[in-house]
Amino acid sequence: MITVTNLHKSFGDNEVLSGIDARIEEKEVVCVIGPSGSGKSTFLRCMNMLEEITKGDVEIDGDRLTDPKTDINALRSRVGMVFQHFNLFPHMTVLENVTLGPIKVNGVKKGEAATQAKSLLEKVGLSDKADAYPGSLSGGQKQRVAIARALAMNPKVMLFDEPTSALDPELVGDVLEVMKNLAKEGMTMVVVTHEMGFAREMGDRVIFMDKGVIMEEGKPEDIFDNPQNERTQAFLSKLL
Amino acid sequence: MLENLRDIIENPDVIVNTLPFLWRGIQLTLIVTFVGVFFGFIIGSLVGLMRLTKNKLVYGIATVYIEVVRGTPILVQALFLYFAVSDFFGVNFTALQAGIIAIAINAGAYIAEIVRGGVESIDKGQTEAGRSMGMTATQTMRYIVWPQALRRMIPPLGNQFIVSLKDTSIFAVISLGEMTYLIRQYVGTTGDPFMPYVMLCLGYLIITIPCMVLLRQYERRLDV
Repeated sequence: MITVTNLHKSFGDNEVLSGIDARIEEKEVVCVIGPSGSGKSTFLRCMNMLEEITKGDVEIDGDRLTDPKTDINALRSRVGMVFQHFNLFPHMTVLENVTLGPIKVNGVKKGEAATQAKSLLEKVGLSDKADAYPGSLSGGQKQRVAIARALAMNPKVMLFDEPTSALDPELVGDVLEVMKNLAKEGMTMVVVTHEMGFAREMGDRVIFMDKGVIMEEGKPEDIFDNPQNERTQAFLSKLL
Repeated sequence: MLENLRDIIENPDVIVNTLPFLWRGIQLTLIVTFVGVFFGFIIGSLVGLMRLTKNKLVYGIATVYIEVVRGTPILVQALFLYFAVSDFFGVNFTALQAGIIAIAINAGAYIAEIVRGGVESIDKGQTEAGRSMGMTATQTMRYIVWPQALRRMIPPLGNQFIVSLKDTSIFAVISLGEMTYLIRQYVGTTGDPFMPYVMLCLGYLIITIPCMVLLRQYERRLDV
Protein backbone atom coordinates (compact mmCIF):
# COMPACT_ATOMS: atom_id res chain seq x y z
CA MET A 1 0.00 0.00 0.00
CA ILE A 2 2.69 2.48 1.04
CA THR A 3 6.39 2.01 0.40
CA VAL A 4 8.84 4.52 1.80
CA THR A 5 12.34 4.35 0.38
CA ASN A 6 15.34 6.15 1.82
CA LEU A 7 13.23 9.18 2.76
CA HIS A 8 15.17 12.29 3.68
CA LYS A 9 13.72 15.61 4.74
CA SER A 10 15.61 18.77 5.63
CA PHE A 11 14.41 22.18 6.72
CA GLY A 12 17.32 24.33 5.58
CA ASP A 13 20.40 22.84 7.19
CA ASN A 14 18.40 20.91 9.71
CA GLU A 15 17.92 17.31 8.64
CA VAL A 16 14.76 15.97 10.27
CA LEU A 17 14.52 12.64 8.46
CA SER A 18 17.72 10.83 7.67
CA GLY A 19 16.81 7.90 5.52
CA ILE A 20 13.56 6.12 6.36
CA ASP A 21 12.56 2.82 4.82
CA ALA A 22 9.15 1.42 5.63
CA ARG A 23 6.29 -0.55 4.15
CA ILE A 24 2.69 -0.34 5.16
CA GLU A 25 0.46 -3.15 3.96
CA GLU A 26 -3.20 -2.91 3.13
CA LYS A 27 -5.47 -3.07 6.20
CA GLU A 28 -2.50 -2.72 8.46
CA VAL A 29 -2.55 -0.40 11.47
CA VAL A 30 0.91 1.01 12.07
CA CYS A 31 1.60 3.20 15.08
CA VAL A 32 4.59 5.51 15.04
CA ILE A 33 5.96 6.41 18.44
CA GLY A 34 9.00 8.28 19.61
CA PRO A 35 10.16 11.35 21.54
CA SER A 36 9.14 14.79 20.31
CA GLY A 37 11.47 16.09 17.65
CA SER A 38 12.15 12.57 16.43
CA GLY A 39 10.63 13.38 13.03
CA LYS A 40 7.57 11.16 13.30
CA SER A 41 5.10 13.92 12.35
CA THR A 42 7.30 15.02 9.47
CA PHE A 43 7.45 11.41 8.31
CA LEU A 44 3.67 11.27 8.28
CA ARG A 45 3.33 14.63 6.54
CA CYS A 46 5.73 13.54 3.80
CA MET A 47 3.31 10.73 2.97
CA ASN A 48 0.84 13.16 1.42
CA MET A 49 3.32 15.80 0.40
CA LEU A 50 2.35 18.32 3.04
CA GLU A 51 6.12 18.41 3.34
CA GLU A 52 8.19 18.34 0.22
CA ILE A 53 10.45 15.33 0.03
CA THR A 54 14.12 16.29 0.02
CA LYS A 55 15.47 12.91 -1.08
CA GLY A 56 14.13 9.40 -1.47
CA ASP A 57 10.56 8.54 -2.35
CA VAL A 58 7.17 7.46 -1.11
CA GLU A 59 4.96 5.22 -3.21
CA ILE A 60 1.27 5.09 -2.39
CA ASP A 61 -1.10 2.73 -4.12
CA GLY A 62 1.27 2.48 -7.07
CA ASP A 63 1.91 6.22 -7.47
CA ARG A 64 5.29 7.70 -6.66
CA LEU A 65 5.00 11.05 -4.88
CA THR A 66 8.13 12.52 -6.45
CA ASP A 67 7.12 11.54 -9.97
CA PRO A 68 6.19 14.78 -11.74
CA LYS A 69 3.49 12.86 -13.62
CA THR A 70 1.71 11.95 -10.40
CA ASP A 71 -1.41 14.02 -9.82
CA ILE A 72 -0.77 15.00 -6.22
CA ASN A 73 -4.29 16.35 -5.68
CA ALA A 74 -5.88 13.13 -6.88
CA LEU A 75 -3.52 11.12 -4.74
CA ARG A 76 -4.19 13.24 -1.66
CA SER A 77 -7.92 12.71 -2.11
CA ARG A 78 -7.28 9.01 -1.50
CA VAL A 79 -5.20 9.64 1.61
CA GLY A 80 -7.16 10.89 4.61
CA MET A 81 -5.38 13.10 7.10
CA VAL A 82 -6.33 13.88 10.69
CA PHE A 83 -4.42 16.66 12.41
CA GLN A 84 -3.44 17.25 16.00
CA HIS A 85 -5.30 20.56 16.06
CA PHE A 86 -8.30 19.29 14.05
CA ASN A 87 -8.14 22.12 11.50
CA LEU A 88 -11.88 22.17 11.03
CA PHE A 89 -13.19 25.03 8.91
CA PRO A 90 -14.69 27.41 11.48
CA HIS A 91 -16.85 29.30 8.97
CA MET A 92 -18.75 26.16 7.95
CA THR A 93 -21.17 23.94 9.78
CA VAL A 94 -20.15 20.42 10.71
CA LEU A 95 -22.09 19.08 7.73
CA GLU A 96 -20.44 21.55 5.36
CA ASN A 97 -17.04 20.60 6.73
CA VAL A 98 -17.70 16.98 5.87
CA THR A 99 -19.29 17.56 2.45
CA LEU A 100 -16.84 20.16 1.11
CA GLY A 101 -14.24 17.68 -0.12
CA PRO A 102 -16.61 15.25 -1.80
CA ILE A 103 -18.47 18.10 -3.55
CA LYS A 104 -15.47 20.16 -4.70
CA VAL A 105 -12.89 17.44 -5.29
CA ASN A 106 -14.91 14.39 -6.28
CA GLY A 107 -17.81 16.24 -7.88
CA VAL A 108 -20.40 14.45 -5.74
CA LYS A 109 -23.88 16.02 -5.81
CA LYS A 110 -24.83 18.07 -2.78
CA GLY A 111 -27.70 15.89 -1.64
CA GLU A 112 -25.71 12.72 -2.05
CA ALA A 113 -22.77 14.19 -0.15
CA ALA A 114 -25.09 15.26 2.66
CA THR A 115 -26.59 11.79 2.97
CA GLN A 116 -23.16 10.24 3.15
CA ALA A 117 -21.97 12.89 5.61
CA LYS A 118 -24.90 12.22 7.90
CA SER A 119 -24.16 8.53 8.03
CA LEU A 120 -20.50 9.28 8.75
CA LEU A 121 -21.48 11.67 11.54
CA GLU A 122 -23.66 8.96 12.97
CA LYS A 123 -20.71 6.62 12.85
CA VAL A 124 -18.61 9.02 14.92
CA GLY A 125 -21.53 9.64 17.27
CA LEU A 126 -22.29 13.20 16.26
CA SER A 127 -25.40 13.02 14.10
CA ASP A 128 -27.04 15.68 16.28
CA LYS A 129 -24.25 18.17 15.54
CA ALA A 130 -24.64 18.39 11.76
CA ASP A 131 -25.80 22.00 11.83
CA ALA A 132 -23.49 23.15 14.63
CA TYR A 133 -20.41 25.23 13.99
CA PRO A 134 -17.04 23.84 15.08
CA GLY A 135 -16.66 26.65 17.61
CA SER A 136 -19.43 25.17 19.73
CA LEU A 137 -17.91 21.68 19.90
CA SER A 138 -15.55 20.17 22.45
CA GLY A 139 -12.10 19.08 21.34
CA GLY A 140 -13.11 15.44 21.21
CA GLN A 141 -16.15 16.25 19.11
CA LYS A 142 -14.06 18.38 16.78
CA GLN A 143 -11.62 15.57 16.23
CA ARG A 144 -14.41 13.12 15.50
CA VAL A 145 -15.81 15.55 12.93
CA ALA A 146 -12.32 15.79 11.44
CA ILE A 147 -12.21 12.01 11.16
CA ALA A 148 -15.63 12.00 9.47
CA ARG A 149 -14.42 14.73 7.12
CA ALA A 150 -11.40 12.65 6.12
CA LEU A 151 -13.52 9.51 5.71
CA ALA A 152 -15.95 11.35 3.44
CA MET A 153 -13.33 11.20 0.69
CA ASN A 154 -13.40 7.39 0.85
CA PRO A 155 -9.66 7.24 1.45
CA LYS A 156 -7.63 4.09 1.00
CA VAL A 157 -5.42 4.99 3.92
CA MET A 158 -5.82 7.28 6.90
CA LEU A 159 -2.96 9.23 8.41
CA PHE A 160 -3.34 10.41 12.00
CA ASP A 161 -0.95 13.06 13.30
CA GLU A 162 -1.13 12.89 17.09
CA PRO A 163 -4.93 12.93 16.99
CA THR A 164 -5.44 12.96 20.75
CA SER A 165 -2.50 15.11 21.89
CA ALA A 166 -4.50 18.33 22.01
CA LEU A 167 -7.43 16.81 23.87
CA ASP A 168 -8.40 16.91 27.51
CA PRO A 169 -7.72 13.46 28.97
CA GLU A 170 -11.39 12.66 29.51
CA LEU A 171 -12.14 13.32 25.83
CA VAL A 172 -9.42 11.04 24.45
CA GLY A 173 -11.49 7.89 24.85
CA ASP A 174 -14.25 8.86 22.42
CA VAL A 175 -11.74 9.61 19.68
CA LEU A 176 -9.78 6.42 20.27
CA GLU A 177 -13.04 4.48 20.19
CA VAL A 178 -13.81 5.84 16.71
CA MET A 179 -10.29 4.96 15.58
CA LYS A 180 -10.60 1.45 16.97
CA ASN A 181 -13.80 0.89 15.04
CA LEU A 182 -12.08 2.10 11.90
CA ALA A 183 -9.22 -0.28 12.45
CA LYS A 184 -11.63 -3.15 12.99
CA GLU A 185 -13.34 -2.32 9.69
CA GLY A 186 -10.04 -2.91 7.99
CA MET A 187 -8.94 0.65 7.29
CA THR A 188 -5.25 1.03 6.56
CA MET A 189 -3.97 3.43 9.20
CA VAL A 190 -0.73 5.14 10.08
CA VAL A 191 -1.00 6.71 13.50
CA VAL A 192 1.58 8.99 15.07
CA THR A 193 0.65 8.82 18.71
CA HIS A 194 1.60 9.08 22.34
CA GLU A 195 -1.25 6.75 23.28
CA MET A 196 0.75 3.63 24.07
CA GLY A 197 -2.42 1.85 25.12
CA PHE A 198 -3.90 2.33 21.67
CA ALA A 199 -0.65 1.33 19.96
CA ARG A 200 -0.45 -1.84 22.02
CA GLU A 201 -4.08 -2.80 21.58
CA MET A 202 -4.77 -1.83 17.98
CA GLY A 203 -1.38 -1.63 16.30
CA ASP A 204 -0.43 -4.48 13.99
CA ARG A 205 3.01 -3.01 14.06
CA VAL A 206 4.77 -0.30 16.04
CA ILE A 207 7.56 1.85 14.66
CA PHE A 208 9.86 3.58 17.11
CA MET A 209 11.57 6.65 15.69
CA ASP A 210 14.32 8.81 17.07
CA LYS A 211 16.56 11.46 15.53
CA GLY A 212 15.05 11.07 12.09
CA VAL A 213 15.47 7.34 11.69
CA ILE A 214 13.53 4.21 12.54
CA MET A 215 15.30 2.71 15.54
CA GLU A 216 13.14 -0.32 15.93
CA GLU A 217 9.92 -1.81 14.63
CA GLY A 218 7.89 -4.86 15.30
CA LYS A 219 4.78 -6.26 16.86
CA PRO A 220 3.48 -4.16 19.75
CA GLU A 221 4.09 -6.88 22.31
CA ASP A 222 7.71 -7.18 21.22
CA ILE A 223 8.35 -3.45 21.21
CA PHE A 224 6.63 -2.75 24.49
CA ASP A 225 7.58 -5.84 26.47
CA ASN A 226 10.91 -6.70 25.03
CA PRO A 227 12.51 -3.72 23.26
CA GLN A 228 15.87 -4.50 21.74
CA ASN A 229 17.15 -1.02 21.00
CA GLU A 230 18.46 0.87 23.99
CA ARG A 231 16.86 4.13 22.86
CA THR A 232 13.51 2.36 22.70
CA GLN A 233 14.11 1.02 26.18
CA ALA A 234 15.02 4.48 27.47
CA PHE A 235 11.96 6.07 25.82
CA LEU A 236 9.53 3.46 27.10
CA SER A 237 10.95 3.45 30.61
CA LYS A 238 10.36 7.21 30.84
CA LEU A 239 6.70 6.69 30.07
CA LEU A 240 6.13 4.36 32.98
CA MET B 1 -14.86 87.17 17.67
CA LEU B 2 -18.02 87.81 19.68
CA GLU B 3 -19.15 90.06 16.93
CA ASN B 4 -18.71 87.24 14.43
CA LEU B 5 -20.69 84.94 16.65
CA ARG B 6 -23.58 87.39 16.82
CA ASP B 7 -23.39 87.70 13.08
CA ILE B 8 -23.90 83.98 12.67
CA ILE B 9 -26.83 83.86 15.07
CA GLU B 10 -28.48 86.77 13.33
CA ASN B 11 -27.89 85.38 9.86
CA PRO B 12 -28.65 81.67 9.84
CA ASP B 13 -29.25 81.83 6.09
CA VAL B 14 -25.53 81.20 5.55
CA ILE B 15 -26.10 77.71 6.83
CA VAL B 16 -29.16 77.18 4.69
CA ASN B 17 -27.41 78.60 1.66
CA THR B 18 -24.58 76.08 1.85
CA LEU B 19 -26.94 73.12 1.96
CA PRO B 20 -27.53 72.75 -1.81
CA PHE B 21 -23.78 72.84 -2.39
CA LEU B 22 -23.18 70.27 0.29
CA TRP B 23 -25.93 68.06 -1.04
CA ARG B 24 -24.56 68.11 -4.57
CA GLY B 25 -21.00 67.69 -3.34
CA ILE B 26 -21.75 64.84 -1.01
CA GLN B 27 -23.24 62.82 -3.86
CA LEU B 28 -20.11 63.13 -5.96
CA THR B 29 -17.92 62.47 -2.94
CA LEU B 30 -19.81 59.23 -2.29
CA ILE B 31 -19.80 58.16 -5.93
CA VAL B 32 -16.05 58.67 -6.26
CA THR B 33 -15.43 56.88 -2.96
CA PHE B 34 -17.70 53.89 -3.58
CA VAL B 35 -16.66 53.30 -7.18
CA GLY B 36 -13.01 54.01 -6.42
CA VAL B 37 -12.84 51.76 -3.37
CA PHE B 38 -14.77 49.04 -5.22
CA PHE B 39 -12.11 48.90 -7.93
CA GLY B 40 -9.48 49.44 -5.26
CA PHE B 41 -10.70 46.28 -3.58
CA ILE B 42 -10.39 44.29 -6.81
CA ILE B 43 -6.89 45.67 -7.43
CA GLY B 44 -5.95 45.20 -3.80
CA SER B 45 -7.16 41.60 -3.73
CA LEU B 46 -5.16 40.71 -6.81
CA VAL B 47 -2.03 42.54 -5.70
CA GLY B 48 -2.36 41.23 -2.15
CA LEU B 49 -2.48 37.67 -3.44
CA MET B 50 0.44 38.43 -5.75
CA ARG B 51 2.42 39.36 -2.64
CA LEU B 52 1.76 35.88 -1.28
CA THR B 53 3.18 33.89 -4.19
CA LYS B 54 6.63 32.39 -4.30
CA ASN B 55 7.11 33.70 -7.85
CA LYS B 56 9.71 36.44 -7.45
CA LEU B 57 8.66 38.42 -10.54
CA VAL B 58 4.99 38.52 -9.56
CA TYR B 59 5.94 39.40 -6.00
CA GLY B 60 8.30 42.10 -7.27
CA ILE B 61 5.70 43.77 -9.46
CA ALA B 62 3.22 43.84 -6.59
CA THR B 63 5.82 45.23 -4.20
CA VAL B 64 6.89 48.02 -6.55
CA TYR B 65 3.26 49.06 -7.05
CA ILE B 66 2.55 49.10 -3.34
CA GLU B 67 5.70 50.99 -2.41
CA VAL B 68 5.34 53.60 -5.17
CA VAL B 69 1.73 54.34 -4.24
CA ARG B 70 2.32 54.34 -0.50
CA GLY B 71 5.46 56.43 -0.89
CA THR B 72 3.83 59.30 -2.79
CA PRO B 73 1.06 61.67 -1.68
CA ILE B 74 -2.37 61.11 -3.17
CA LEU B 75 -2.42 64.77 -4.16
CA VAL B 76 0.61 64.17 -6.37
CA GLN B 77 -0.96 60.98 -7.73
CA ALA B 78 -4.11 62.85 -8.69
CA LEU B 79 -2.15 65.65 -10.37
CA PHE B 80 0.02 63.09 -12.12
CA LEU B 81 -2.99 61.21 -13.46
CA TYR B 82 -5.05 64.21 -14.43
CA PHE B 83 -2.32 66.32 -15.98
CA ALA B 84 0.80 64.26 -16.68
CA VAL B 85 -0.66 60.93 -17.76
CA SER B 86 -3.42 62.44 -19.85
CA ASP B 87 -0.91 64.71 -21.56
CA PHE B 88 1.68 61.99 -22.14
CA PHE B 89 -0.70 59.36 -23.48
CA GLY B 90 -3.05 61.81 -25.12
CA VAL B 91 -6.10 60.53 -23.26
CA ASN B 92 -8.46 63.01 -21.76
CA PHE B 93 -9.71 61.99 -18.37
CA THR B 94 -12.62 63.87 -16.97
CA ALA B 95 -12.05 65.01 -13.41
CA LEU B 96 -14.52 62.34 -12.29
CA GLN B 97 -12.64 59.57 -14.11
CA ALA B 98 -9.29 60.80 -12.81
CA GLY B 99 -10.68 60.96 -9.27
CA ILE B 100 -12.08 57.44 -9.39
CA ILE B 101 -8.89 56.03 -10.90
CA ALA B 102 -6.76 57.84 -8.32
CA ILE B 103 -8.82 56.45 -5.45
CA ALA B 104 -8.78 52.96 -6.96
CA ILE B 105 -5.01 52.94 -7.45
CA ASN B 106 -4.32 54.55 -4.10
CA ALA B 107 -6.73 52.46 -2.04
CA GLY B 108 -5.65 49.39 -4.03
CA ALA B 109 -2.15 49.59 -2.62
CA TYR B 110 -3.32 49.89 0.97
CA ILE B 111 -5.98 47.22 0.49
CA ALA B 112 -3.32 44.90 -0.97
CA GLU B 113 -1.52 45.02 2.37
CA ILE B 114 -4.81 44.47 4.23
CA VAL B 115 -5.49 41.43 2.02
CA ARG B 116 -2.01 40.04 2.52
CA GLY B 117 -2.26 40.49 6.27
CA GLY B 118 -5.73 38.99 6.36
CA VAL B 119 -4.78 35.90 4.39
CA GLU B 120 -1.56 35.44 6.36
CA SER B 121 -3.49 35.63 9.62
CA ILE B 122 -5.38 32.43 8.78
CA ASP B 123 -3.78 29.41 10.39
CA LYS B 124 -1.66 27.31 8.02
CA GLY B 125 -3.54 24.24 9.23
CA GLN B 126 -6.59 25.46 7.32
CA THR B 127 -4.68 25.33 4.05
CA GLU B 128 -3.19 21.98 4.97
CA ALA B 129 -6.63 20.55 5.74
CA GLY B 130 -7.89 21.70 2.34
CA ARG B 131 -4.88 20.50 0.41
CA SER B 132 -4.82 17.16 2.22
CA MET B 133 -8.35 16.48 0.93
CA GLY B 134 -7.06 16.92 -2.60
CA MET B 135 -8.30 20.46 -3.16
CA THR B 136 -6.18 22.63 -5.45
CA ALA B 137 -4.46 25.73 -4.10
CA THR B 138 -7.10 27.87 -5.79
CA GLN B 139 -10.01 25.89 -4.33
CA THR B 140 -8.43 26.02 -0.89
CA MET B 141 -8.07 29.77 -1.14
CA ARG B 142 -11.57 30.28 -2.48
CA TYR B 143 -13.58 28.07 -0.16
CA ILE B 144 -11.48 27.92 2.98
CA VAL B 145 -8.96 30.71 3.44
CA TRP B 146 -10.57 33.67 1.67
CA PRO B 147 -13.96 33.61 3.44
CA GLN B 148 -12.23 33.53 6.80
CA ALA B 149 -9.68 36.18 5.83
CA LEU B 150 -12.42 38.46 4.50
CA ARG B 151 -14.12 38.59 7.89
CA ARG B 152 -10.90 39.74 9.48
CA MET B 153 -10.30 42.25 6.71
CA ILE B 154 -13.60 44.07 7.18
CA PRO B 155 -12.47 46.43 9.98
CA PRO B 156 -9.31 47.61 8.17
CA LEU B 157 -11.26 47.78 4.90
CA GLY B 158 -13.79 50.00 6.62
CA ASN B 159 -11.00 52.24 7.84
CA GLN B 160 -9.62 52.43 4.32
CA PHE B 161 -13.07 53.42 3.09
CA ILE B 162 -13.10 56.32 5.54
CA VAL B 163 -9.57 57.36 4.59
CA SER B 164 -10.44 57.26 0.89
CA LEU B 165 -13.61 59.23 1.50
CA LYS B 166 -11.58 61.97 3.11
CA ASP B 167 -8.95 61.73 0.39
CA THR B 168 -11.54 62.70 -2.23
CA SER B 169 -11.38 66.24 -0.83
CA ILE B 170 -8.02 66.80 -2.53
CA PHE B 171 -9.66 66.34 -5.91
CA ALA B 172 -10.73 69.94 -5.52
CA VAL B 173 -7.37 70.68 -7.16
CA ILE B 174 -8.44 68.93 -10.35
CA SER B 175 -11.80 70.73 -10.24
CA LEU B 176 -13.82 67.66 -9.37
CA GLY B 177 -17.08 69.03 -8.06
CA GLU B 178 -17.16 67.13 -4.78
CA MET B 179 -17.99 68.63 -1.39
CA THR B 180 -14.78 70.49 -0.68
CA TYR B 181 -14.58 71.99 -4.16
CA LEU B 182 -18.16 73.27 -4.10
CA ILE B 183 -17.85 74.78 -0.65
CA ARG B 184 -14.63 76.49 -1.63
CA GLN B 185 -16.40 77.94 -4.64
CA TYR B 186 -19.26 79.09 -2.46
CA VAL B 187 -16.85 80.79 -0.09
CA GLY B 188 -15.12 82.38 -3.05
CA THR B 189 -18.35 84.03 -4.14
CA THR B 190 -19.56 85.14 -0.71
CA GLY B 191 -16.25 85.87 1.01
CA ASP B 192 -17.55 84.50 4.32
CA PRO B 193 -15.57 81.36 5.17
CA PHE B 194 -16.46 80.36 8.72
CA MET B 195 -19.86 78.70 8.61
CA PRO B 196 -19.44 77.13 5.17
CA TYR B 197 -16.32 75.36 6.37
CA VAL B 198 -18.02 74.29 9.57
CA MET B 199 -20.76 72.84 7.40
CA LEU B 200 -18.17 71.14 5.21
CA CYS B 201 -16.71 69.41 8.27
CA LEU B 202 -20.18 68.31 9.29
CA GLY B 203 -20.75 67.01 5.76
CA TYR B 204 -17.84 64.61 6.18
CA LEU B 205 -18.66 63.70 9.75
CA ILE B 206 -22.22 62.77 8.82
CA ILE B 207 -20.77 59.92 6.76
CA THR B 208 -17.66 59.00 8.71
CA ILE B 209 -19.09 58.84 12.23
CA PRO B 210 -21.81 56.26 11.42
CA CYS B 211 -19.17 54.25 9.55
CA MET B 212 -16.89 54.28 12.57
CA VAL B 213 -19.70 53.29 14.90
CA LEU B 214 -20.70 50.38 12.67
CA LEU B 215 -17.11 49.23 12.43
CA ARG B 216 -16.65 49.31 16.17
CA GLN B 217 -19.77 47.21 16.61
CA TYR B 218 -18.55 44.72 14.04
CA GLU B 219 -15.15 44.51 15.71
CA ARG B 220 -16.77 43.87 19.06
CA ARG B 221 -18.75 41.02 17.50
CA LEU B 222 -15.59 39.54 15.99
CA ASP B 223 -13.90 39.53 19.39
CA VAL B 224 -16.60 37.41 20.97
